[in-house]
Amino acid sequence: MSQAKDGPTVHVRRYSGMARINHWVVAITFVLLVLSGASLFYPTFFGLTALFGGGQMTRWLHPWLGVALSVAFLGLFLRFFWANLPEFTDFVWIAKIRHVLSGHEEYLPEVGKYNAGQKFVFWSQFVLIGVMLVTGIGLWDQGLPYVENITGFRATIDQKRMAALIHASAAILAVTIWIIHVYAAIWVRGTMSAMLSGWVSGGWGWRHHRKWLRKEVQQKHVTPAE
Amino acid sequence: MATFQPFDVIRKSASVTATPEPNRATEVVKLIDTSKCIGCKACQSACLEWNDMREEVGVNVGVYENPHDLTPNMFTLMRFTEWDNPKTGNLEWLIRKDGCMHCEDPGCLKACPAPGAIVQYANGIVDFVHENCIGCGYCVKGCPFNIPRISQADSKAYKCTLCSDRVAVGQQPACAKACPTHCISFGTKAEMVALSDKRITDLKSRGFDKAGLYNPPGVSGTHVMYVLNHADQPSLYAGLPDNPRISPIVEAWKGVSKYAGMAIVGLSALAGVVHFMVTGANRVSKEDEDNAKKLAGGEK
Repeated sequence: MSQAKDGPTVHVRRYSGMARINHWVVAITFVLLVLSGASLFYPTFFGLTALFGGGQMTRWLHPWLGVALSVAFLGLFLRFFWANLPEFTDFVWIAKIRHVLSGHEEYLPEVGKYNAGQKFVFWSQFVLIGVMLVTGIGLWDQGLPYVENITGFRATIDQKRMAALIHASAAILAVTIWIIHVYAAIWVRGTMSAMLSGWVSGGWGWRHHRKWLRKEVQQKHVTPAE
Repeated sequence: MATFQPFDVIRKSASVTATPEPNRATEVVKLIDTSKCIGCKACQSACLEWNDMREEVGVNVGVYENPHDLTPNMFTLMRFTEWDNPKTGNLEWLIRKDGCMHCEDPGCLKACPAPGAIVQYANGIVDFVHENCIGCGYCVKGCPFNIPRISQADSKAYKCTLCSDRVAVGQQPACAKACPTHCISFGTKAEMVALSDKRITDLKSRGFDKAGLYNPPGVSGTHVMYVLNHADQPSLYAGLPDNPRISPIVEAWKGVSKYAGMAIVGLSALAGVVHFMVTGANRVSKEDEDNAKKLAGGEK
């Protein structure tokens, strides 16, 4: 399946085309949700509603974007669930977080497809998106009656108030974790191509995910450079 | 009659800029004397008529309320409670005209995310400006009295305007004008408080020793006030809140979570910038590539 692409370096396939499409659907809906959500949370950003055709349109669109993101994220979740299960080396990695931050990966244990930081992003976004989906339905004046009819659950006014507070708080955390996610992709050079072309260099695999690279080589997914 | 200019806005939803020195006009109050109410619903008819609204013909389920609740068309509703007074053994018919209380500290305005969709005029009237309303329903969550209703037709919030359009030209609200027993009075705050004092003294002399004015301090007072025979137990009157206030959950949502949220997001972005300046990019070295080549080539 994989091959040494042009040039002397080894190239390794990291993400399939479907995985990348799935990721970018989540990424685009996430950014649109942040923009529309911020415009409804901070009066200062209310002007962003113009991007979506005004306040009424933003209010209408935001929940549907949330539904789209939830479905798309479920796809990512099922796709990457196994690779994100915690293992012992994750705790060693966290204990040595200082070396992670200073870029001294030689002091770290060999990492599989994902390191503990990436697993943290994965699981926290899974939980936060779940929380925002549930509380978001509670805030969705137009959609809530349908859900209430199906489930037989009637939200009280205090539950709706709580939903608003939790929804906003979860969104703040999700944006913070998203900043970490984007920053890591910028900071660790060679990462972006994993989600753009699907390929990373062998050196990138050796440096950051050596256990994963060894497995790829072992399973003959990587052939030597010419 | 206290008139005011429609542009005399002292508070505006989702807006950081306030009027520099709130130039309060004479505050107005609608006083509803529940002890005089006969439950005729003339106020409801007058309200529908003046606001040019029509309520759908409903179904009789054996209660006096008609319609069964406030709706996007019905801004005011007579609520009927039959109460067996344990002290006197009398069956009392407590009738309360429900509707927006025009809080001095309005929870709807605090919760509203759309700039200028909810305003408070210098005379105290809290009004919804429909062209700015986005239909999110946050006002419903902010209101301590469960008053605003979202229209299915245009997805905008509706409630009593205290006939701000009539008051602006020196008229009293339509409900007050239509009330046959003068149960609803309208005037300046001072006038209405004085009127309620007289009425409460009278009620006390007739044995209603707990008669009083409902002007709850939890929302800094209201511009719709009730005279209640049993002011010590407002909740007798179809669940009128005993101590209404903006929910602390709403206060946290619209207060600390905004500032804390901005700080957390801002600091994490800043941390990224600082980290990058300190450590620089994490690049793959030539050695890493060579090691990968060796691994792929079967060495090691």
